[in-house]
Amino acid sequence: MNRRQYNWLILIIPLIALAIWVDVSKQVTIPDPFNPQTNLIDRNVETRLGLDLRGGLQVLLEADLPADATISSDDLKVTRQILESRANALGVSEVVMQAAPPRRIVAEFPGLQDPEQVIASLQQTGLLEFVDIGSTPVTEGIIIQTDFGTSSTPVTTTETPTTEPTKNSSATPAPTETPAATPTIYHTVLTGAALSAVSVQAASLGGFDIATTFKSEAANIFSDYTGSHINQYMALVLDKRVISSLIIKAKIPDGQGVIQGNFTQDSANTLAVQLRYGSLPVPIKVVQSRSVGPTLGEESVRRSVIAGVIGLLVVVIFMGLYYRLPGVIADVALVTFALICMMLYKLIPVVLTLSGIAGFILSIGMAVDANILIFERLKEELRAGRTLRQAIDLGWKRAWPSIRDSNFSTLITCVILFWFGSAFGASVVKGFALTLALGVGVSLFTAIIVTRTFLHLVLDTIKSTDHPRWFGI
Amino acid sequence: MNIIKYRYIYFGISLIVIVPGIIALILWGLPLGIDFTGGSLLEVQFASGQPPTITNVAALYGEMSTSKVEISNPVVQPVGTDSLSIRSKEMDDVLKSQIVAALKDRFGGGQDVIIMNFTQVSAVIGQEIAVRAAGAVALAALAILLYITYAFRGVQHAFRYGTAAIIAMLHDVLVVIGMEAIIGHFLGWQADSLFLTALLTVIGFSVHDTIVVFDRIRENSNLYRRVGYETIVNHSIVQTLDRSINTQLTVMLTLLALALFGGVSIRHFVVILLVGVFSGTYSSIFNASPILVVWENKEWRNWFHRKPEAGKI
Repeated sequence: MNRRQYNWLILIIPLIALAIWVDVSKQVTIPDPFNPQTNLIDRNVETRLGLDLRGGLQVLLEADLPADATISSDDLKVTRQILESRANALGVSEVVMQAAPPRRIVAEFPGLQDPEQVIASLQQTGLLEFVDIGSTPVTEGIIIQTDFGTSSTPVTTTETPTTEPTKNSSATPAPTETPAATPTIYHTVLTGAALSAVSVQAASLGGFDIATTFKSEAANIFSDYTGSHINQYMALVLDKRVISSLIIKAKIPDGQGVIQGNFTQDSANTLAVQLRYGSLPVPIKVVQSRSVGPTLGEESVRRSVIAGVIGLLVVVIFMGLYYRLPGVIADVALVTFALICMMLYKLIPVVLTLSGIAGFILSIGMAVDANILIFERLKEELRAGRTLRQAIDLGWKRAWPSIRDSNFSTLITCVILFWFGSAFGASVVKGFALTLALGVGVSLFTAIIVTRTFLHLVLDTIKSTDHPRWFGI
Repeated sequence: MNIIKYRYIYFGISLIVIVPGIIALILWGLPLGIDFTGGSLLEVQFASGQPPTITNVAALYGEMSTSKVEISNPVVQPVGTDSLSIRSKEMDDVLKSQIVAALKDRFGGGQDVIIMNFTQVSAVIGQEIAVRAAGAVALAALAILLYITYAFRGVQHAFRYGTAAIIAMLHDVLVVIGMEAIIGHFLGWQADSLFLTALLTVIGFSVHDTIVVFDRIRENSNLYRRVGYETIVNHSIVQTLDRSINTQLTVMLTLLALALFGGVSIRHFVVILLVGVFSGTYSSIFNASPILVVWENKEWRNWFHRKPEAGKI
């Protein structure tokens, strides 16, 4: 019996050592013994703090299509990729974007303090069209309807052109609201997808332009079109709004072009980024955004850590005073519990949010509860006149069903919470469920294996089984 | 110690706590935060240490409000001595920057106005979250009911244990929601997604606690087959009382540490948890197990005809 108990030490001691190692390091490296050039494991294990703790912006984006339109998961994936490329190209670091099917994307920008421009840039579909206007020019800034997107687009939903200017546009000055009196549908010659290279250049008259190059096939179409429409008008239309309207003076054979539209450097960059990574297969809108300033975050971290340490200390003292020797052993198990949890948070990695820390603290409560259940049983068995060793085994055996059932029901709640949280990107709920579930799992291990092994170990060492006072009886 | 004998008194105490909450819910409703209703929440800190008055901010919002983005009549609350939290209808980032600029301009006193946090939720998604939350609670309750019925399959009427645990859980949900309605009305607290997390935690804890007591009843009913059910239940409660109190004490101590030393942003959360955890322990001792006895004796047959034997001292 005892020999079997000691066998657990082979697992427990290296585990504690590993936990301490991971907890104090920022990078975990294990060299490959057979090949000294490479590492078996090389992992960054820095603690990941959530946006509410380190400051930043979280945005929930949703496909801006009618509720009954189905969005293929591929479209959503492509949208996510394009958005991520755009954000990276705008110089935002450590962007995290996750698709939340069927129609949402969660975007997180840690440390981002000036979100307006980024959100505006992400939100634009970025659909550039070269539109045949005919012989009468159109005013810049107005919204027009084109035949692109009505028949042959990847998005097969009925695309009703917006008659209202899109908000959040930084590409053009405040649009003039011209009611579309005659809903003319213009023909789209080419779209931004036909461009092979895009760059920003300083315009000769001040401001900035975007130089574009067509792919060879498109260059031919463009060349034919410009050749046959001399002295007619062509418009550059971004997301259905005219950004510039020009007259075709001559055939343009080489596929080189310049987009002029009174850009500032920022707005030219934004548009260039959008053109470079393509237009979104699905238009999106912001349905939720949260930004937290870094000061609030720092303050929260500091205070939560203090509160956590105080809470843990109070519990440790209480356990020691009330349950005496077993209580002290439970305290050791509790510290083991905290070390292992921290290690798991760093290895998995779990992004720690305020609610995640709350989940951790609650799981401390559950870990303590498992110990209390065992010790109360232990006391009962001792009072019933059993020997200490019998009492430990019986107490453990009798306490087990209640520990199992109560923790299992908590796990059920965690799973449902996690599912619930994932559905709409609520990191609050998700983080809580994850840390609580991990905590419950680890606490089962520490309460049952660690506490029990140490109890046996201590009993054998002190070679004494008649110190009832040590057991609080 | 005979807890079962006075079960109707304990039911009464629960009613005394729950009924005012339900009245508050009916009268004032549960004050829902923007997480569920949609809208904007802007929390700003004034570096000068002197935030403007509530009327001034409301006036500013009124000016900025347009027919398209209607943000007049915001709810303004001071946070600490130098910060304000301002709730309004949904607005976009552009308008937010304009408002912050105007706040700095007019009330900043030449110093900076810092955005502590800004949250914007569209009404549609808010409703969806509320619906999903209700679904999550119902699903959790069902899953737990099934699990308990399964875990107690060895004893007679296993289904009763699951039902009693769910009733005790609903008791705690009502206590927490009712209290939120009362506090919300007087202190302006709003139920947000953290509140929802707290509520779900309370549910988990409540069931956790109830199962420990039920586990004893399960064990004792197999040990003492000739003793009356009432005695077994009472004995089980008394046997687990030490554990219940100690576990509750440790959880409450950690929560108290969080409430006293943790950040302001989670205080609401922690207070809800404190109340819920207390209620959870109470309901598992004084409601869940006595319900089993009431059910076993089918006491409801006497409720409206005669005075119940117990309940009067």
